[in-house]
Amino acid sequence: MKYLVHLIFGILFGIILIKAEVVSWFRIQEMFRFQSFHMYGVIGSAVFVGALSVIIIRKFNIKTFSGDAVNLTPKPLKVYANFSGGLLFGLGWAFTGACPGPIYALIGNGLSVFIIVLVFAYLGTYSYGILRKRLPH
Amino acid sequence: MIEIVKESWPWYIAGPLIGLFVPALLLFDNKQFSISSTFRDFCAYVVPNPVEYFRYNSKEHLWRNIFVLGVLTGGALSALFLSNTNNVEISSNTLHDLKTLGISNFSGMAPAEIFSWSGLFSLKGVVFIIIGGFLVGFGTRYADGCTSGHAITGLSLLAPSSFIAVIGFFAGGLLSVHLLFPLILN
Repeated sequence: MKYLVHLIFGILFGIILIKAEVVSWFRIQEMFRFQSFHMYGVIGSAVFVGALSVIIIRKFNIKTFSGDAVNLTPKPLKVYANFSGGLLFGLGWAFTGACPGPIYALIGNGLSVFIIVLVFAYLGTYSYGILRKRLPH
Repeated sequence: MIEIVKESWPWYIAGPLIGLFVPALLLFDNKQFSISSTFRDFCAYVVPNPVEYFRYNSKEHLWRNIFVLGVLTGGALSALFLSNTNNVEISSNTLHDLKTLGISNFSGMAPAEIFSWSGLFSLKGVVFIIIGGFLVGFGTRYADGCTSGHAITGLSLLAPSSFIAVIGFFAGGLLSVHLLFPLILN
């Protein structure tokens, strides 16, 4: 039952990504060339709604549906890793025109060559796993 | 109604809807939005491996793998029932810049001269599909998150790690588009 809801959440998310063209290589080009407000509008208003929700959850001490305290712990600060990893991801985001969510959505949408993007993303993650101890964090 | 849904959605509809996934996942199942971690889960599921990074109970994270299965399904449902035939209406400046770089096919979500099976083994295909995909997988895990985990959720939590990661995302994207694209595409 719980997983059915996650599946439905995922389906809705996939539809939004496609319909808002967030998955479009062309839209990512516009963003990195500062030639359209579209992507900034999407990300900005998403963060605005997300942040507002977090403020409301904190202020009214709202619990999860099962009555637990909401997990609002952010990811740990690892300045070097956050920045260099982010930089490498940014390079790849501009090349592929897709961050991880859109890769899945595009495959479903029929752009089958993104299966190769996904396979190499797995390989990238696997390589990170192997090299992790030797990389500065 | 269905006709409106079939058009492309403006940012002020899509953005707030995406933002709602943050409280929805938190309140429903106490989960933080996280998509690139499914790459790690995949490695942990599939490869019987000695690497410490992949030794954890990935079954606990089944929810996010079901979520991305949903994202894939959502992409398919949009193509089947909700697609309009219009191309992405990008800004005329972007159109001009991309034409200058030799891109000529503006139909669909990505230029077919690069993102096709036949283009895969050209220099462009190798860089944009293979190296690009590798960098997405490597970079997101090194940074400890992608657009969903850092940009949407992390910035909503005002997390310092996420501010730094997002600055990295943009630095990388700008470097790629403004420095590397002209070298590779010309």
